[in-house]
Amino acid sequence: MALKIVKGSIDRMFDKNLQDLVRGIRNHKEDEAKYISTCIDEIKQELKQDNIAVKANAVCKLTYLQMLGYDVSWAAFNIVEVMSSSKFTYKRIGYLAASQCFHEGTDVIMLTTNQIRKDLSSPNQYDTGVALTGLSCFVTPDLARDLANDIMTLMSHTKPYIRKKAVLIMYKVFLKYPESLRPAFPRLKEKLEDPDPGVQSAAVNVICELARRNPKNYLSLAPLFFKLMTSSTNNWVLIKIIKLFGALTPLEPRLGKKLIEPLTNLIHSTSAMSLLYECVNTVIAVLISLSSGMPNHSASIQLCVQKLRILIEDSDQNLKYLGLLAMSKILKTHPKSVQSHKDLILQCLDDKDESIRLRALDLLYGMVSKKNLMEIVKKLMLHVDKAEGTTYRDELLTKIIDICSQSNYQYITNFEWYISILVELTRLEGTRHGHLIASQMLDVAIRVKAIRAFAVAQMAMLLDNAHLLTGNMQRNGICEVLYAAAWICGEFSEHLEDPNQTLEAMLRPKVATLPGHIQAVYVQNAAKLFATVLRKHEGATDSQAAQETSQLLVERLPLFVQSANLEVQERASCILQLVKYIQKLQQKDVEVAEEVSALFAGELNPVAPKAQKKVPVPEGLDLDAWINEPPSESESEDEKPKAVFAKEETKHSRPRHTEVDEKELARRREARKQEQANNPFYIKSSPSSQKVYQDAPGVEHIPVVQIDLSVPLKVPGMPMSDQYLKLEEERRQKEKAEKKKKEKKKKREKHGKGKKHDSGPESEEDITPAHHVDIVTEEMPENALPSDDDDKDPNDPHKALDIDLDKPLADTEKLPVRTHRSEPLKSPGEDGDVESVPQEPKKRSSKEKKEKKKDKDKDRKVCQLDFSVRRITDSNKNGCYLETKWVVYTHLWAVYDIQGNLQDGSQVVVSVIFENKSDSFLKSMEFNVLDSLNSKLQRPEGAGPHDGLVVPFQLPPGVSNEARFIFSVQSIVMPQKLKGTLTFIVKSEDSSTHEKLDFKLHFTCTSYLITTPCYSDAYAKLLESGDLKSSSLRLEGVNMPFHHLLARICFHHHFSVVERIDSCASMYSRSIQGHHVCLLVKTADQTVSIDAKCDEPSLLGNVLDEIKQTFSQC
Amino acid sequence: MMRFMLLFSRQGKLRLQKWYTATAERDKKKMVRELMQVVLARKPKMCSFLEWRDLKIVYKRYASLYFCCAVEEQDNELITLEVIHRFVELLDKYFGSVCELDIIFNFEKAYFILDEFLMGGEIQDTSKKGVLKAIEQADLLQEEDESPRSVLEEMGLA
Repeated sequence: MALKIVKGSIDRMFDKNLQDLVRGIRNHKEDEAKYISTCIDEIKQELKQDNIAVKANAVCKLTYLQMLGYDVSWAAFNIVEVMSSSKFTYKRIGYLAASQCFHEGTDVIMLTTNQIRKDLSSPNQYDTGVALTGLSCFVTPDLARDLANDIMTLMSHTKPYIRKKAVLIMYKVFLKYPESLRPAFPRLKEKLEDPDPGVQSAAVNVICELARRNPKNYLSLAPLFFKLMTSSTNNWVLIKIIKLFGALTPLEPRLGKKLIEPLTNLIHSTSAMSLLYECVNTVIAVLISLSSGMPNHSASIQLCVQKLRILIEDSDQNLKYLGLLAMSKILKTHPKSVQSHKDLILQCLDDKDESIRLRALDLLYGMVSKKNLMEIVKKLMLHVDKAEGTTYRDELLTKIIDICSQSNYQYITNFEWYISILVELTRLEGTRHGHLIASQMLDVAIRVKAIRAFAVAQMAMLLDNAHLLTGNMQRNGICEVLYAAAWICGEFSEHLEDPNQTLEAMLRPKVATLPGHIQAVYVQNAAKLFATVLRKHEGATDSQAAQETSQLLVERLPLFVQSANLEVQERASCILQLVKYIQKLQQKDVEVAEEVSALFAGELNPVAPKAQKKVPVPEGLDLDAWINEPPSESESEDEKPKAVFAKEETKHSRPRHTEVDEKELARRREARKQEQANNPFYIKSSPSSQKVYQDAPGVEHIPVVQIDLSVPLKVPGMPMSDQYLKLEEERRQKEKAEKKKKEKKKKREKHGKGKKHDSGPESEEDITPAHHVDIVTEEMPENALPSDDDDKDPNDPHKALDIDLDKPLADTEKLPVRTHRSEPLKSPGEDGDVESVPQEPKKRSSKEKKEKKKDKDKDRKVCQLDFSVRRITDSNKNGCYLETKWVVYTHLWAVYDIQGNLQDGSQVVVSVIFENKSDSFLKSMEFNVLDSLNSKLQRPEGAGPHDGLVVPFQLPPGVSNEARFIFSVQSIVMPQKLKGTLTFIVKSEDSSTHEKLDFKLHFTCTSYLITTPCYSDAYAKLLESGDLKSSSLRLEGVNMPFHHLLARICFHHHFSVVERIDSCASMYSRSIQGHHVCLLVKTADQTVSIDAKCDEPSLLGNVLDEIKQTFSQC
Repeated sequence: MMRFMLLFSRQGKLRLQKWYTATAERDKKKMVRELMQVVLARKPKMCSFLEWRDLKIVYKRYASLYFCCAVEEQDNELITLEVIHRFVELLDKYFGSVCELDIIFNFEKAYFILDEFLMGGEIQDTSKKGVLKAIEQADLLQEEDESPRSVLEEMGLA
């Protein structure tokens, strides 16, 4: 044996340690993977050893390999083994490995609970420390629930080293187990004033994190934090506090006013840039929240802007970046203050750091005005040309469009210029934003009527030079603009100078290489153009030209009829037939132009993007109801395939001609044959018919070699936006001059009165748009409802932490005050005391007691009271129970719950939530209870035994709030009722009346019980001890499954199941004064027998009575 | 709150990673790879901050090592830089003019230092001395444990 050990340890000497492993990996650069796989094999051997030192070494190496990206999840159990080593060295390695490798899905985490608990309570603070550190990385909801109490205890540890760690980890615990927040919060709050600065700062950190997510629950801490802020000198802590205030001020503007002064002082005095930056940010947040009507804060905003300017001017890129970032926040509310620094921001556009340029771009959005828009965009266009990376160029492109289109093109005075800018942007290589440009083109052309002629001319040019845009089809997003161009040219073709040429451009064979949806638009709009051409020529009685155009279409369209894209194919074949028919009519000299253009008559109006969504659903229309009963499965299966092929049949768009003669029918047949021949999906009789078109003579069919130039070329003949810039400037000059003239005239006329008019810089209103611009607003349906869709992330873990912390600590869950409202029930009896009302078994409210209040005085209307008892419990989680009762009154709803105090066996806490149901204001509420010998309302010192307690709040209409009252109870063996009154003043607009409400508080024996889990061996011991008195109860006619029955007892009477065998179960509960209550429940044939034991017979008797009552109601 | 901290070399080798929120292994790898690419592609004179996904990245280069932290939207970038700097100072004090090799060969020590300095993504101790003292004492405890083994190891090495 001894030899074995010696041999083992000699072997160990040759084990690789971490350093050897690292060295080895570095020496095996070529075959790293192979080397590591042999290492992993070695590690697997080492893990099989019993020696914990060897295991720890292996785990340490695994941790390293894990970082290199190797999967080590197979060793999770070994990690747990090392974690449980008693030696700190190994424990430390084990926890490190766990914190690096474990996550919520790691199943062995379940095994660690007890080990961690042991380590947390270790006498060695460093054991506790590593356990806390590790836990902070891999805490799961289960661990959080099981260990929350241990960690909470550690928050009051004697050593600050442990305290601060425990405080920090609480945040993780709250996230995983939100129920722990309320019980732990008071202690956390205490830590804000811990003597140790480290613990204090940890508490500040945690509360700040919590408050940032749900600020409204932490408003009450503001005074405390204010004190901390003015007293602390630790910048790390100050930053956190100031950040917290930034989150609180939007909810409480008064706080903001109070903050401005200390914050501005800090801004002036501090030398730490991080603190300065935080202060500036918070001041901005404060000013934003105060922005309505606080003119006297312009000094603060000025100060912020000045400080930010210093940051931006700094040579440190980091400060420059942050300065710009903060500026953009000011921009939203105080654009004027930022605009004065336009020079600086434009300068930043030239910065060599792309991130800074992007920040500056963000700011530009708010800098533009009618006056400088063109100038700024010109500058940006220069950057576009210079930009190296496509991402930055795309960013520039979107910014240009954003800037120009913001607030409904507010700043654009010259739309010709804007169209030219858009056209210039199409020359960008490889941009992803073709669709953005396209939608702008469409939007402007549709909504600005005056610009259509110009836009159409530009678009025709684009179409003509389409080959320049479509260099590389596959990854070229820019061809999207052709979609817009084709549509604009077609829709507004009356403005085209030479529709023939455009039509020709749209039917070039190269078009067939465009994406399908664009081709479809091409084909459709070719038809529109065709209509225009026809009309033009018919007026001029030039039948030759019109026929040539028809011929062009007839020749070119078949290319599209062959398209693989269904949409293109369908449209093309439709239009082709139409054209052929027209051609025929033309040959007979029939005038068709008017009829053809009738196909495309009517104006298309822009529709607001959300219009569809906002169409109100007419009353009585149920969108979810079936109009016809859905057909059976088999039917639809039969019909579907037919529908798909039906599309391929040729459609004849002949809107007016209804009579069809023989000739026409023959022609159609012929046409159909041809059509079928061209249809790739149609099984053809002659295979070569497709070639007909290619072989047809004609210049148009000679393949044109088109040169794709990768260098963006200037599209010939295109007006540069710069020209417009110049023109615009000239125009403005001229206008100004004219204005001056006029003014002079006026002045001359108004001789002497000398109105001061600053003719220096133009004001916004002075600039008149070049054209009369009529921006058509987008259409909305009638009765559209304004709706703001705020979609918050439902998965945000912090949502669960939105818990009201000002409520007294009475429960671990939110009270479902709003979800489970029971309707007030009318009670027939006068002064009736207890009346049982049956309940549905599924709903968890147990019993309702009704009580009618006597009339207080004759003139007052009868007020009805309703008491019901319900408990909202989660029996699995922990021993906290609530017992909730409802009080109903015309003005007031009240719900109360009674909870035993775990720490103090003689106290019961009654929390009452008051909800104002009236339209009046309720105030001066006073709560009073007539004490009994046994139970007394705890009143503040110095108060008389009959004084009421003032409820510390007022209730505006519709508001609810909770008050907590503590009762001291001597004996808990008997249930009892306490009579009480609530007085309050109802204040309506014109009058205020004093009202009084009588009520009874019902303390059942059950409310003194606390669910306590009990293990079966402990339970057996308890029963054997012989200290317990027994009693029993039989319930007849209980018709429910056994587990429902047990659940009911657990739920309503605070028991837990110790053991269950078939139709027999043992249950346990404990009173706040430590009485054990044991039940043995058996069931057979609708009869339930409960044998019970308790060390207090009368308590037991009462509890059994209450159980009996519960079941008598079902 | 800090979400994670990464240390990686100019060659794109990960030297240390600490995640303060539970993240699946696959996502971790993806994020590390993506982030390293973004940071390594930046030019030396660029500012230390960038927006990445919904996070703010604060990084700084010390010699051949990049220290890179991901913090949340509302966090203060400058204080995060300060955290990085403080961590480097701590490493420097502990190892004595630290270099990349120190962190490679004693990576567990680097983790221990980080764990004393930050916990759950928050600063644990704002005083440098406090952190160093805690590490020293924990190390002392470790040496007491280890002494018999290190004798053996010396033998093995010799």
